[in-house]
Amino acid sequence: MKRPGVLSVYRWELIKLRYQKRTYLGLGASLIVPIIFVVAIHFRHDRRGGDFAFASYLTRSGLAVPLVIMLFGAVWMFPLITALVAGDIFASEDHNGTLKTILTRSLERGQIFAGKALAAATYAVAAILLGGTVAVIAGSIQSGFNSLQTLSGTVVSAPKGLELVYVGLLVYLIPIGTVVCIGLLLSTITRNSAAAVVGTLMVSLLFQLIGILPGLTGLQPYLLSTQFNAWQGLLRTPIDWSPIIRAAWVCAMYGVPAMAAAFLVFLRRDVAGG
Amino acid sequence: MSVPRRGSDTDAPPPVEVRGLVKRYGELTAVDGVDLTVRAGDVYGYLGPNGAGKTTSLRMMLGLIRPTSGSVRLFGRDPQQSVKALDDVAGFVEAPTFYPYLTARRNLELLAAYDGDEARSRVDHALATVELTGRARDRVGGYSHGMKQRLGIAAALLREPKLMILDEPATGLDPAGMRDMRQLIRGLAEQGITVVLSSHLLAEVEELCNRVAIVREGRIVYEGMISELKRGAGTTYRLATTDDERALAVCRAQRGINDLRVQHQRICFTASGEAAVAELSQALVEAGALIHTLAPETVTLEDLFFSLTEGRDGDRMASEDPDSVEVAR
Repeated sequence: MKRPGVLSVYRWELIKLRYQKRTYLGLGASLIVPIIFVVAIHFRHDRRGGDFAFASYLTRSGLAVPLVIMLFGAVWMFPLITALVAGDIFASEDHNGTLKTILTRSLERGQIFAGKALAAATYAVAAILLGGTVAVIAGSIQSGFNSLQTLSGTVVSAPKGLELVYVGLLVYLIPIGTVVCIGLLLSTITRNSAAAVVGTLMVSLLFQLIGILPGLTGLQPYLLSTQFNAWQGLLRTPIDWSPIIRAAWVCAMYGVPAMAAAFLVFLRRDVAGG
Repeated sequence: MSVPRRGSDTDAPPPVEVRGLVKRYGELTAVDGVDLTVRAGDVYGYLGPNGAGKTTSLRMMLGLIRPTSGSVRLFGRDPQQSVKALDDVAGFVEAPTFYPYLTARRNLELLAAYDGDEARSRVDHALATVELTGRARDRVGGYSHGMKQRLGIAAALLREPKLMILDEPATGLDPAGMRDMRQLIRGLAEQGITVVLSSHLLAEVEELCNRVAIVREGRIVYEGMISELKRGAGTTYRLATTDDERALAVCRAQRGINDLRVQHQRICFTASGEAAVAELSQALVEAGALIHTLAPETVTLEDLFFSLTEGRDGDRMASEDPDSVEVAR
């Protein structure tokens, strides 16, 4: 008999996601928010933009739209979209009582964990890339596929700007990956989908709260919320890699223990319910 | 219904070998030193009242719960060490569960994928075996309890097991569903599959199983053949005569007549053997107490179950039945 492996679990987790409403809720939000944002820009009377990074570029280049979406999406939208699946992927097995069903087949617990974690990460990547792509398309329709001004004031061509947007989205996935890890941990520990989703979002918001507390500004470079801005280093001339490198190790500092704890809890837990 | 034929290898380790199995939850000891052996070809009843620790034991056998101490071996392999110990094992504990948003077929395809590629080719046959082919494209969320039970059997059959562990498979089924489930289990046994069956339906267990373990408060109070259990319990006889007072006096004086009591206006006793009963009938006739009825009342598994899990059967019946009076010699 050819034994099943992680890929079997991964494939079926993706199939299961296709049949669940929360998947479409998350991907739908990723798709619709940039469109609503662009429609709002279109109907704004004051078209000079707001008081935030890239705001003034919004009407000059559609490539500024994904950057603004990334900026504001970090507050709660993308953490919530990520948590919708990461927080649910183990807890829903408890809710449906199906953990005992799959754990008595021919797969080790570690393989099931790996397959599920990969599926949650895949969904998060899909949600971010979908949101970014829709923002690029909608923004380009609204403001044109034009050259983009960097944070250093230099101007890059539209194709170069597009490349920076997508590399920026990849950098954005670093803290998103940590949110996935926290979601998986809470999903494994709480065994309750709602608690895990809300808990993951709360953790994300807590980091932002710590960031604005007076006297704790020294912690800011080491907070998860700060790492959501690491991609802005790409928009400097020359590229500033230091926030990206810091994001990698700071996110690993939070994400790796969370993932390891989730793995151990899942490996050792008694499946007494269902 | 037909099931795949599997052979049994008598030289191989037993399908289930449990030694000193203990599970504690804080102060509560759910399973307390369980020892049992299920041999190849057994249809093994695992009986006990609610809360006796049956399901916890079954979960430990399937590797779902870690024992506090003790060991489980399935065909000689430890399910706590590797899921490979479950290679020849299938079944379910409590109600079988599936993804409600997937169809029955999708659920079975998923489980087949988790069993290895070969299992996928058995999906159609498994669905046909439990007569769910016509509903295979319906979401399981809309299934009745009985249909889920049948789908649970189908999911187990995908693995072509040598050992099936079934926890209350007939619970919640209508009479026809229970009959079908009985036939299915009988079919599994006839095909050489070893079955461990946990059930509250004692008549069903008595009909299907050759060996039982009876568990009380986490401990095994009997393990062995049902026939031996019944033989050990002896046979109760019921007697009605034209003159029961005289008959009682005869019974008291007769050797080999024990546990004499009056119950439901009938004289009841156990006998040391058939010869003692024959001698008694002769003595009754000689004493002028003509016999209306003298019949053995075979003890059922249910009687023995209550006797073992709630105390002595006679005590229980006497305490519950105001008409039951023990007779002093």
